Amino acid sequence: MVRVTTRINGDEVTFVCEPDETLLDVLRDRLNLTGAKEGCGTGDCGACSVTLDGRVVCSCLVLGAEAEGRQVGTVEGIARNGKLHPLQEKFLEFAALQCGVCTPGFLVAAKALLERNPDPTEAEIRFGLAGNLCRCTGYDKIVRAVQAAAAAMRKG
Amino acid sequence: MRYEAPTTVKGAVKLLAGKAGLARVLAGGTDLLVQMRTDRVAPDLIVDVKRIAGMRRIEAKAGGFRIGAAVSGAELGEHKGMRKAWPGVVEAACLIGSTQVQGRATLAGNLCNASPAADSVPALIAAGAAVVVVGPRGRRTVPVEQIPVGPGRTSLKRGELVEAILLPKRPPRSGDAYLRFIPRSEMDIAVVGAGVSLTLDRQGVCSAARVALGAVAERVIRVPEAEAALIGTKVDGEALERMAASCSAACRPIDDKRGTREFRIKVAGVLARRAAAIALKRARGK
Repeated sequence: MVRVTTRINGDEVTFVCEPDETLLDVLRDRLNLTGAKEGCGTGDCGACSVTLDGRVVCSCLVLGAEAEGRQVGTVEGIARNGKLHPLQEKFLEFAALQCGVCTPGFLVAAKALLERNPDPTEAEIRFGLAGNLCRCTGYDKIVRAVQAAAAAMRKG
Repeated sequence: MRYEAPTTVKGAVKLLAGKAGLARVLAGGTDLLVQMRTDRVAPDLIVDVKRIAGMRRIEAKAGGFRIGAAVSGAELGEHKGMRKAWPGVVEAACLIGSTQVQGRATLAGNLCNASPAADSVPALIAAGAAVVVVGPRGRRTVPVEQIPVGPGRTSLKRGELVEAILLPKRPPRSGDAYLRFIPRSEMDIAVVGAGVSLTLDRQGVCSAARVALGAVAERVIRVPEAEAALIGTKVDGEALERMAASCSAACRPIDDKRGTREFRIKVAGVLARRAAAIALKRARGK
């Protein structure tokens, strides 16, 4: 077993895990942070997206042991003090989800996208979120929700 | 399985060369963790190289660049100097996978995974890149094209790992480009890939050229006949046609669900010609 100390959504967390255990399994099974989902387990669907030192990654392709001393961000950390993030509000308003399995990954990836590019074009959003698969919405509502959230965030 | 994250190259070599059974280097992990997950590899030891400071940096060196083996595609894509000097290498690296994959995947990993369809490898070979290989017997510098020897196989010996990728100094009036064919617009594996790098003299005559193709043989191949078709010409339509024909002639592809043999042979020439046209434009400063 490996002992790991890391920061998750700003809080210091220590856990033990198997050396070949993924960060996704650590989050879900050891830390009860079940927002990140396992879709494919091979980095294709993005449902397990989290940020690692500010970059969006598939947590199924990260070992728990690699998180030592790093900053991990999950969907649980997006709402602050009980207040939803503009992306979360717009996802609800635009009905940008149906079954919801992909939604945490989309929110994490979209937040990272808007932090780097506060005013993305539709094409930039579609390419930027190409690593997140959704089988319900047909993507259009998601893209519109991200555009609306970006506009709301630019207004402040 | 054991997980180790040494902070020095020496420490990594010692671990990899030790009596540990099957050892694997972990850089971005976007291939290794998938292989572990799908039971294609069960390492006894994983050596994570991301804690080695020198492997996380891009440095300007001898007029060129030294890219640490653990530098991610996203970091490479944000590097202004690399984007300016080697746009073809950067665009090839940044074509690999999604934003999530870009946050982790590395050039060295793409090379050492030794897929014949690796996107960054034709661009690196076209660029004349070399790698610094470090092992129990010290360091050696090896041209990129000598690392992959077949699908999933490299020329690295036990205990060796790639420490950095070296891109040479760029002469004036040079340009490079990489193009691939995939049936989708994003997130796919190359059916054919073509990397071209060329340099023009003051009269606009091609004085140096390197051409490499991916996914048309058991490993990424360099095509000297295609290079010869460009050198000494003004890279006009006729020269480009001869280069395209040389590229097609060099292909020995498989026939599979992603592309037939005939299709790959034809498309290799088309893509190389288009990539050369982009490289030419860049060499002319446009």
